[in-house]
Amino acid sequence: MRLAALAEALLTPHGIDRYLELVHPMLVRRELRGEVTAVEHQTADTVTLTLRPSSAWRGFQAGQYVRVSVDIDGVRRTRCYSPAGSQHRAGQLELTIKEQGLVSGHLQRMRPGQVVGLSQADGAFTLPGRRPKRLLMISGGSGITPLMAMLRTLADEGHDGEVVFLHYANTPADLLYAGELARQAPNVRVVTAYTHAGDGFFSRKHLVAAAPWYADAPAYVCGPAPLMDAVRAVYDREKLGAQLITEEFTPPELVIDETAAEGTVRFAHSGVEFPNSGRPLLEQAEEAGLSPEHGCRMGICFSCTKVKARGRVRNAKSGEVSGEDNEEIQLCISVPAGDVEIDA
Amino acid sequence: MTGLQDRLTPEQIEAFGREMDAIRQRIVADLGQDDVDYIMNVIRTQRGLEVAGRALLFAGFFPPAWLAGVGALSLAKILDNMEIGHNVMHGQYDWTRIPELSSQKFEWDTMAPAENWRHSHNYIHHTFTNVLDKDRDIGYGILRIDPAQKWHPYYLGNPVYATVLAFIFQWGVMLHDLEFDRIVRGERKWSDPELKQMRARMAPKAVKQVGKDYVLFPLLTGPLAPLTFLGNATANLTRNLWAFAIIFCGHFPSDVESFTEEETENESRGQWYLRQILGSANITGGPLFHILSGNLSHQIEHHLFPDIPARRYPQIAAEVRAICEKYGLPYNTGPLRKQLWSVAKKIVKFALPPKPQRSAPEPDTLARDKVSRAA
Repeated sequence: MRLAALAEALLTPHGIDRYLELVHPMLVRRELRGEVTAVEHQTADTVTLTLRPSSAWRGFQAGQYVRVSVDIDGVRRTRCYSPAGSQHRAGQLELTIKEQGLVSGHLQRMRPGQVVGLSQADGAFTLPGRRPKRLLMISGGSGITPLMAMLRTLADEGHDGEVVFLHYANTPADLLYAGELARQAPNVRVVTAYTHAGDGFFSRKHLVAAAPWYADAPAYVCGPAPLMDAVRAVYDREKLGAQLITEEFTPPELVIDETAAEGTVRFAHSGVEFPNSGRPLLEQAEEAGLSPEHGCRMGICFSCTKVKARGRVRNAKSGEVSGEDNEEIQLCISVPAGDVEIDA
Repeated sequence: MTGLQDRLTPEQIEAFGREMDAIRQRIVADLGQDDVDYIMNVIRTQRGLEVAGRALLFAGFFPPAWLAGVGALSLAKILDNMEIGHNVMHGQYDWTRIPELSSQKFEWDTMAPAENWRHSHNYIHHTFTNVLDKDRDIGYGILRIDPAQKWHPYYLGNPVYATVLAFIFQWGVMLHDLEFDRIVRGERKWSDPELKQMRARMAPKAVKQVGKDYVLFPLLTGPLAPLTFLGNATANLTRNLWAFAIIFCGHFPSDVESFTEEETENESRGQWYLRQILGSANITGGPLFHILSGNLSHQIEHHLFPDIPARRYPQIAAEVRAICEKYGLPYNTGPLRKQLWSVAKKIVKFALPPKPQRSAPEPDTLARDKVSRAA
């Protein structure tokens, strides 16, 4: 460790990673990256990547997600994916990604040996430390991945409680992990429903058929918004909402009206919140009594650059709307399009 | 009426501003992988030169190795400060969202902490370019470089101050942020919280910089420590002289104009562009020269579009120049020796008190003087 500190002091101000990565991108010590070691296409529109994370990887809890970054046309893009593997397989990360959107589309074409950026795992969609005796898991489409991680983790732990795994896919050809799901231990009951092949969508009938004891067990749910809504409606009606543990699989679609000022602006650190007036964020912050660091007020000096944690903003200079989480924006030329949260 | 605003009619200034905006939009729309590949290549080259330079100094007992080591390290520091640091910290690559290329995260191999410099340079200098009493880059609070700066016997030392500054330039850039002259005049307090923050950033950075160049690397080379120390000092000096030369040629050659706060009040976008052109000067040269100068050889283009990747400036220079010609505007450019000579003459000239009566029009005058003479 002392050697690393000396190396950092010698290589100031850039730091050791900026030199090591030139030898090989996976040699980085502080940053986290993943090298693709295997690529498999389980279905026509998904890819399953096996990654070997670099040395800074601290592992994950089944159900959590990681941020994966790739450079597309010179721009670094980041999306979240839930690892599908057991949390007990150290140094291995399995991601199953459905082809939709820029990053996921790009990842479909990855080849072994390529390197992506990674974050440490995050998220509270995890199993309790003491594993429940009875468990219900409900997933749809590629929302299967965090639940697959739980299923495999429990198997590695020799969990012998009753588990029902209720999964929705469009057709049998779209079923992910089909082989493995068919070979589960006797305590795991896998129920698959094909929504485009006559089984229809989630209903209370499905629930009762799959896990008649559902009222007495926690239920982990991950999938497209309609599935989540349907499950929530059934549980709410029976006042069982507290048993649901959910993970938003796809963010709700936002309709952007660039002319209307909608939503709430929130400055997270100062806790100040106000309705969006449609003016650039710097002006709105000042009107709300904040005084963010700033300079030219015309987008040239970058003094007012802050991290936008959530929400969409329109760049008043380029007109471009961007909605990526944790991206840097210039307050003086960014106009909120709906709810926005700034890390300041 | 004032010089800056009388230069073009309101219709002309608007059309001129639109033409500049159009260049900007065209380049911004075209940014992509090539720009990232370019800067990553420069960074790779810089890191390679740095590692090679440090390694060669371990063989510093062999004079050619010492010389090659110093050469490589000097080039590495020049690339780090000019084409990489200066440009990245201008936000030229913020659109890539790559943390190593983020204006807010980049730290460079020089004494001035990035955060201090972003305030004094990106904000103050680039917003108030050549506005007297606003832009502290006019003489850096040390030199008299403009006729509108009131003469004082202190300025008799102008050439000495400039020479000393050239040698210790990286320290000068760091101390520039403290605005010592304003503290001396009582306009700014040493205990000012903003100043305290700036100072708090300086000490750790300086310790790290001095530590690696003058303590750690010399110690690592054991008996060669004095040679390594000398080698690192020489590399820092080379970078200092080079950076000083390039930067002084950006705004101080003759015919570059300065402005008053009144004439820049309520400036339109077109007038802002105009001020950047009148207040900056280019240096001609080959592609390698432009890279080593961080493309500050295209100071005019840089001041028009400070957040566009610098590698694009040569691409648009001819067009900017043609637009200047079309509107009858000056486009100050020339080879390095000519611009340096012009700067040197100015430093000497303004060391002396202004002559009471003028026999001939002076080349270095404020725009408003030209207008009053024309009237």
